[in-house]
Amino acid sequence: MHVVYPVVISALLFSIGVYGVLARRNAILVLMSVELMLNAVNLNLVAFDVWLRDRLHGGQVLTLFVIVIAAAELGLGLAIVLAVFRTRRTVDVDRLRALAEVVRAPGSGRLDGEDAL
Amino acid sequence: MIAVVALIVLLPFAAAAAGLLATRLGTRNLGPRAERVAYRRAAWFAIVPGGVSAALTVWLAASLAGGAGTSEGRFWSELLPGRVEGTLTVVETGSVPISLTLRDDGLSVLTGILVVVVALAVQVYSVGYMRDEPRYPSYSAFVSLFTSAMLLVVYAGDLIVLYAGWEIMGLCSYLLIGHWWEDRANSRAAVKAFLVTRLGDVGFLFGIFVLGTAAGGFRIDDVLRADIPQGTLIAATLLLLAGVAGKSAQVPLHTWLPDAMAGPTPISALIHAATMVAAGIFVVARLYPAFLAAPPTLDVLGVVAAVGMLGAALAALAQDDLKRVLAYSTISQLAYMGAALAAGSDLAAMFHLVSHGAFKALLFLCAGLVIHHVGSNLISHMGGLRRALPITFWTMTIGFAALAGLPPASGFFSKDAVLSAVEHGTGPAQPFVYASALLTVGVTGAYAARAWLRTFFGPARVEPLAEPPPGVAHVFDGREAPRSMLWPAGVLAVPALLLGLAGSAAGSAAGVKVEWGPAAVSLAVALLGAGIVYALWRSAPEQDPARLLGPFRVPCERAFYVDAAYAALVARPVLRLARAVVRTDARVVDGAVRGSGRATLGLSGLVRLAQNGNAQLYVTGLFAGLVLIAVAAVVLT
Repeated sequence: MHVVYPVVISALLFSIGVYGVLARRNAILVLMSVELMLNAVNLNLVAFDVWLRDRLHGGQVLTLFVIVIAAAELGLGLAIVLAVFRTRRTVDVDRLRALAEVVRAPGSGRLDGEDAL
Repeated sequence: MIAVVALIVLLPFAAAAAGLLATRLGTRNLGPRAERVAYRRAAWFAIVPGGVSAALTVWLAASLAGGAGTSEGRFWSELLPGRVEGTLTVVETGSVPISLTLRDDGLSVLTGILVVVVALAVQVYSVGYMRDEPRYPSYSAFVSLFTSAMLLVVYAGDLIVLYAGWEIMGLCSYLLIGHWWEDRANSRAAVKAFLVTRLGDVGFLFGIFVLGTAAGGFRIDDVLRADIPQGTLIAATLLLLAGVAGKSAQVPLHTWLPDAMAGPTPISALIHAATMVAAGIFVVARLYPAFLAAPPTLDVLGVVAAVGMLGAALAALAQDDLKRVLAYSTISQLAYMGAALAAGSDLAAMFHLVSHGAFKALLFLCAGLVIHHVGSNLISHMGGLRRALPITFWTMTIGFAALAGLPPASGFFSKDAVLSAVEHGTGPAQPFVYASALLTVGVTGAYAARAWLRTFFGPARVEPLAEPPPGVAHVFDGREAPRSMLWPAGVLAVPALLLGLAGSAAGSAAGVKVEWGPAAVSLAVALLGAGIVYALWRSAPEQDPARLLGPFRVPCERAFYVDAAYAALVARPVLRLARAVVRTDARVVDGAVRGSGRATLGLSGLVRLAQNGNAQLYVTGLFAGLVLIAVAAVVLT
């Protein structure tokens, strides 16, 4: 099988992931999109491992690492989302803006920073 | 014998140290008596070392008179042939070595006697004059320090040692003029004296450097013997002349001296009449061979002296403050010495220096007595004091006679020596100098007569004054001053009267004769000046004879607006420049710092607009950057 098929598929997967990360509002779906991006990378790794006939199978080993890290990251991410949901009753990314810079009227900017938070 | 010289210099210094450190030692428990104890101790510290120094100086003169003839053909080599020199150590500086040398020859000992005698008289006088002064201990200590510094100048065998004494004198002058610093005018006068003399001292120091590097050493003998090219010599002596003009209050650096009268009157007698201002003349005499080898410098000195003597005498004629009259007369008389030096006679200059030192110190001490009595410096407040102050009247009369150059007082002989030296001078400016000197003789007679008549004759204008401000001695009490003030004046009257006779006797022993023809001319001119003033005063005793100047009087009283000109030409532009610098510092330098901070804050405000809390926006930016980098990497490789 030519390497171009898995690469195109992984590019598509990655693009869908990017779209999801940038555009979805639900935090869970954002996390899932991240997962899609990671798996697109995994697909690439495996495909090129085969294509290049790596004798040490570095691509496959790296894939296992990525899967493990992705699982850990997802667990952490879901825990955070759960905690946010418990306090805010929402997981809408657009409305979670507690870390935004307080924007004041222009001209009143003195030595700022110490009173921004 | 050099140990004696060192002792003469160091005794007043030790007195100054003791006066500053020990007068109040252990007086804390004495309560109200502490002031008295400190005062008495300070008086002893002041007088005893001064007296010992004076005695040692006299002994030194006697031993020099009998010394071996090693002096090198200067005017004193007949009279005081001895010569001593001792070097403590030579300081290797890496280039021109400095030798800590004291020397003693006829010139030193002549000036030294003047210094110690006047200083002793002033110290004794001050005991009475400053009786109620809480800062008397520091005052007398500074006078001692000043005496020590002047003696160091006189006995210095090395230009750097001389310069050290020269600068300490400047410092003491500053401290003593500003003794009553509570009054703003006094501290300003002190600062003015310090700054103006310092301006000259810069030139002086560089003159020393030029001489020292050209001669390869600062020892005065080496400098005078060294074979220095004439151009260098002219430059060096002109630079030295700046310092001399500053210290000796010659035009154009004379403006500090009249203001220096803000100090206590004994200080005016000691520093601003008899000794410190004489230091400049002394230095020229000390380095006279170098000046003789640089005729242009002497011409400059002659012109400066000619302008200074006449201008200052005219200014003295119009002043109303007795001490300022004497101050301007000091400038005028110092210009006489400068003219004698310019004409090539260091003998006449030194003769006039010594006699002027005696009679001007006498005049100032008497002026102090008068001021002490009247409670005011102004001549218009005096008058008719002849009966109230008989002793002061006679001593001051001797002083004024010497000042005007009337025989047999000392000023007659010394001024005659100066005039005949100027008459025989060969420089291109000599006719001008001689004319100025003769005119000044007349004006001197006039202002001496005016001050004398206005102070001691005519209707009494004395009135009891209210509590005087600091700077004006005491309240009118209608009696002669205490004896400690009368004695010094009386003692100084003796040399003021007789020094001329002794000097001319010594001079004729050395082959210098009094020239009676020019002497008669100058006497006639002086009497003419005095006579005009007398006639004017006689016609209206209650009016000021200075009115004979007519419309010219106000410029004379303001000393020809030199102060105003300096204020306009130097002081104000400097102040303006200083303010501009301050503004530049505040606006430009500080502005740059503050402005960069503000600009950074403003720019960061723009960046902060992007931080809106939406994490997806940040990631978008991140991806955009990533894409940019990737595209750039692809395109550029």
